[in-house]
Amino acid sequence: MPPDTQPRAGPDVEAVAEQVFTALADPTRRAILAALAAQGPATATDLAGRLPVTRQAIAKHLTLLAEAGLVRAEPGERRRVRYRLRSAPMRVAQQFLAALARDWDGPLDALKDHLDRTAREPGTTPVHETRGHHG
Amino acid sequence: MGFPDRIERTVSIAHPPEKVWAALTTAEGLAAWFGNEAAIDLRPGGSARMRWDGGYRAEMRVERVEEPRVFGFTWPIYGLPEDDPRRTYVEFTLEPAGAGTRLTVVESGFAQLPEDVYRKAYGGNTEGWAKELGELAGYLDAA
Repeated sequence: MPPDTQPRAGPDVEAVAEQVFTALADPTRRAILAALAAQGPATATDLAGRLPVTRQAIAKHLTLLAEAGLVRAEPGERRRVRYRLRSAPMRVAQQFLAALARDWDGPLDALKDHLDRTAREPGTTPVHETRGHHG
Repeated sequence: MGFPDRIERTVSIAHPPEKVWAALTTAEGLAAWFGNEAAIDLRPGGSARMRWDGGYRAEMRVERVEEPRVFGFTWPIYGLPEDDPRRTYVEFTLEPAGAGTRLTVVESGFAQLPEDVYRKAYGGNTEGWAKELGELAGYLDAA
């Protein structure tokens, strides 16, 4: 059976995607998330050693990113707390991008070309196609 | 921001529905315009597979087969990891239009967030999460 085709986007999924994009729009937060993705869990001190940002500023961003669920703080003493990137919100953001990246116009044009080609092969007369509206 | 759940296109094709149907529902047809290689078991619940040059491939599940009017399948959401259970539903509708066909394709489900995925992803703490997001939004707006 086809799945439910009704839109299921509640405020939640949209809020999650929006927070990911908001986080990524800031260069420091983007650098922190990129560093965690590339090299795995790290403390604020670790990140301060790799990024041109003070430890204090990084700690502040990490706390907020953790509150938003984009990173997770592993249990540990203060200053030893390691932060790990959470993939779930990123996957929600990817869904949003997948909708923007989906190209049906190209394949539909290719479908028309394919049908025109196969119709011409047996030596039939060329056809005139009308272009439908897009979107 | 508006999370797009549904993508819809309608095109006029100067060939009858039977020809369009064959192009949409046979391995030969699909491989000629959609992918580079295709296989399909054309029945509801049947599986289909597409491959593109460059290595991308998609496993589809046939959902609706009403020749020559409706063909529907689900497939993974592009870009999500292979183990992600979310899928979008693609439905082609063919209507005769003169000597040709009016073809509509609708892909829906981009904005879905099934309960189980939601619980798994957010540890069941959806209320707290929404609240924290609100706080982050407030902070980011002020920053």
